[in-house]
Amino acid sequence: MNSITNSRWTDEVMRRRVRRRYAAERLFSALGLAAIALSVLFLAFLLTTMAAKGLGGFVHTEAKLSIDFAKTDLFLDPASLHGPDAAQTVAGADLEGAISKAAASEYGPAAAQMFSGAAVERLGAAIVANPDILTRKADLWLPVASNIDIAAKDRGDDRSERLVRELQQHDALKRSFNTQFLTASDSTDASAAGVFGALKGTFLTILVTMALAFPIGVLAAVYLEEFAPRNRWTDAIEVSINNLAAVPSIIFGLLGLAVFLNLMNLPRSAPLVGGMTLALMTMPVIVIAGRNAIKTVPPSIRDAALGVGASKMQVTFHHVLPLALPGILTGTIIGMARALGETAPLLMIGMRAFVAAPPGGIASPATALPVQIFLWSDEVDRGFVEKTSAAIIVLLLFMLVMNGLAIFLRNRFERRW
Amino acid sequence: MSLGLAFVAILIVSLAAGWLGYSRARRLRSATRLHSLPVYHGSYALLWAVIPALLILAAWAPIQSRLVNQAIMASPEGRALPSFDMQRQAILSEARQIAHGEREQGFNPQSSMLAPRIRDAEQRYALLGGTVAILVALGAAALAVRRGTPQFRARTGVERWLMVVLFAASLIAILTTLGILLSLMFESLRFFQLYPVHSFLFGLEWSPQTALRADQAGSSGAFGSIPLMWGTFFIGAIIAMIVAVPLGLMSAIYLTQYAPPALRSWLKPILEILAGVPTVVYGYFAALTVAPVVRDFGLSIGIHSASSESALAAGLVMGIMIIPFISSMADDSIAAVPQAMRDGSLAMGATTSETIRKVLLPAALPGVMGGILLAVSRAIGETMIVVMAAGLSANLTANPFASVTTVTVQIVQLLTGDQEFDSAKTLAAFALGLALFLITLLLNLIALQIVRRYREQYE
Repeated sequence: MNSITNSRWTDEVMRRRVRRRYAAERLFSALGLAAIALSVLFLAFLLTTMAAKGLGGFVHTEAKLSIDFAKTDLFLDPASLHGPDAAQTVAGADLEGAISKAAASEYGPAAAQMFSGAAVERLGAAIVANPDILTRKADLWLPVASNIDIAAKDRGDDRSERLVRELQQHDALKRSFNTQFLTASDSTDASAAGVFGALKGTFLTILVTMALAFPIGVLAAVYLEEFAPRNRWTDAIEVSINNLAAVPSIIFGLLGLAVFLNLMNLPRSAPLVGGMTLALMTMPVIVIAGRNAIKTVPPSIRDAALGVGASKMQVTFHHVLPLALPGILTGTIIGMARALGETAPLLMIGMRAFVAAPPGGIASPATALPVQIFLWSDEVDRGFVEKTSAAIIVLLLFMLVMNGLAIFLRNRFERRW
Repeated sequence: MSLGLAFVAILIVSLAAGWLGYSRARRLRSATRLHSLPVYHGSYALLWAVIPALLILAAWAPIQSRLVNQAIMASPEGRALPSFDMQRQAILSEARQIAHGEREQGFNPQSSMLAPRIRDAEQRYALLGGTVAILVALGAAALAVRRGTPQFRARTGVERWLMVVLFAASLIAILTTLGILLSLMFESLRFFQLYPVHSFLFGLEWSPQTALRADQAGSSGAFGSIPLMWGTFFIGAIIAMIVAVPLGLMSAIYLTQYAPPALRSWLKPILEILAGVPTVVYGYFAALTVAPVVRDFGLSIGIHSASSESALAAGLVMGIMIIPFISSMADDSIAAVPQAMRDGSLAMGATTSETIRKVLLPAALPGVMGGILLAVSRAIGETMIVVMAAGLSANLTANPFASVTTVTVQIVQLLTGDQEFDSAKTLAAFALGLALFLITLLLNLIALQIVRRYREQYE
């Protein structure tokens, strides 16, 4: 009760109390700012770490090598290297041995192992493109093996470092954009590994997901919002959709494994099964987004259409659905972006196999980009560290594009009634 | 004939039926007044032709694959197959690929001998099923086209079909839920026939390595789930929440109560980006960048058991992943508190922070609690971060620098790798899956209940 008698604001006790309260106020607001700044800083840290580690993956080191083809024992006849079988003929020759000998004779015995699978492929392509080099001595720039690549970019083991210094003295090293990273598939050799196969697998998987989840999700949303009678069935459907949206993704993987693979005997590791599993996971998201979008279409539109004689079905499909479509599409794209980054369910249905060639169709074995990242992150070879981060950059770019598209659609087409 | 061909044939039949119905109705319209537009007459014929036939085809496909299998097993080449399950499956899948022209030669000579058998059997059964489906399509199309008279209510018929399709689409959700429950329960029951339920639920030891042969020493396989449940709870519900709840809550408070609109319009999308980063990226970050730092920190403060697969590293990164989730849930519940309560408190002379702490937060508490429960459920089900950053050894420890393992890690561990499907190890994964599903379901239901009741309070 003391404070009541003492409530003069000019009083020293009161002023001290007010000061304390204002200090608490400032502290609280600063804490809030600190919390959000910490989250933002973390995002920035994550992105810069990935960029710093991954940008190197888009660049590779090439070394100059002069091969005197006349002296190698490749037994390739330039005249036979025309036509469609040329690539196969070249692949049968011992290019690796030729490269290794040429490197050893040019830079010393330590250099015999400085080139790897990527260099063999490059040389093969060069021979097919221009068979005449087989008759003469040629200077070629070939991508080096990953331990040399690491030594040239950063810090490698002592032997590789010495070799790199030696090569630099000969002016025989250069950096160039690693096109192979974007065009090749998985490989056990870090210098030859690329993301194209995984990208194609992801593309096919998302295509299947989209083809299944979008129509089913939209139709289910239309049914629940426009036609469903209020009864127990509808309640059950609503409860299960809301619940499915919160089920852990790995459970959907178990479902895919038990039902699609073991019960229905669909092909393992295939984008078809991956897409179906992700479709089940994405569908509730699309249904919820679709229902919200349909809800925002004002009843006056429906009344007007009904008033001029349209049937309930015509009202829905001619008027309500087109008006709700931008909202539905936004939700769909966000759901698809989530499916794109999903890894665990795909692991369950076997899309973690080593697939060295891009998948031919939705039924052939494939891997997806997030799974590829997971697989590479497990590799011991140090060359895979920057490949993993580079693949993450590619994945994040895709997510950014999809989310940007969703935001664009929302701002451009969504109408406020 | 293959089923794909039958599918194309059905599509052609139904398109033709649709066109026929449409053009007949147009001819009728030039003479009299129709009840329905010609396009409805066309769609009516098309839907009748396509839907029943495709349903038959879809039902036939799994039956056919079973019949083909039976036919192969009954053939002399099939009886000669090895009885060991994995070997037989490998040969069969090779033979199937050869039969479909996906490869020319199998590793096993038996597969090349089986291939023509498979091809024959598939062709025989596909001819049967495909013909039935096409005949149904033709019959239904003929009936539907013949009904096209001026009085015929084709639109009503089309709309009835559409209604069926809409209902079927919404049924998929129930079917998925049932599918999850049934498949998990079925496999779990088989697991519990091999391993007692109470040892699974209350066992303190988890070491799923089963012996390949009976006389092998050492590994007998123990499937006590308590260490996994503790690890899951420790990482997802304790460490992650210690990070995420204060940061998420304070972010939401700052964004809704203090931030100027311009800053807010920048910060909200950034938080959304944080929520959109794929979990495999977080996992890689946790394993590569956070885990070594945490281990070195642990060693430097004198904890010698500090592991590079510590619970702390996984939990920290998971907490950061959950921040946007908590923030948006808290945002919603704070926004649901009536403005009058806030205005009243401010009018009494309370500062903004006093209003938040003494009025808004207590009023929003049920909503915030519901949001936290949902976040816990999401953290418990999260897979990739723990697979990449947490360990495999099932320790029952509260030391955050030690390695613990979680339910999701073990599911991935048990199911990736080549093994037959009936072993206790694979079945145990489904039992863990069932436990995970039930726990998250329970958390979600409680959370939704809390949130709903709280919303009703202010409406």
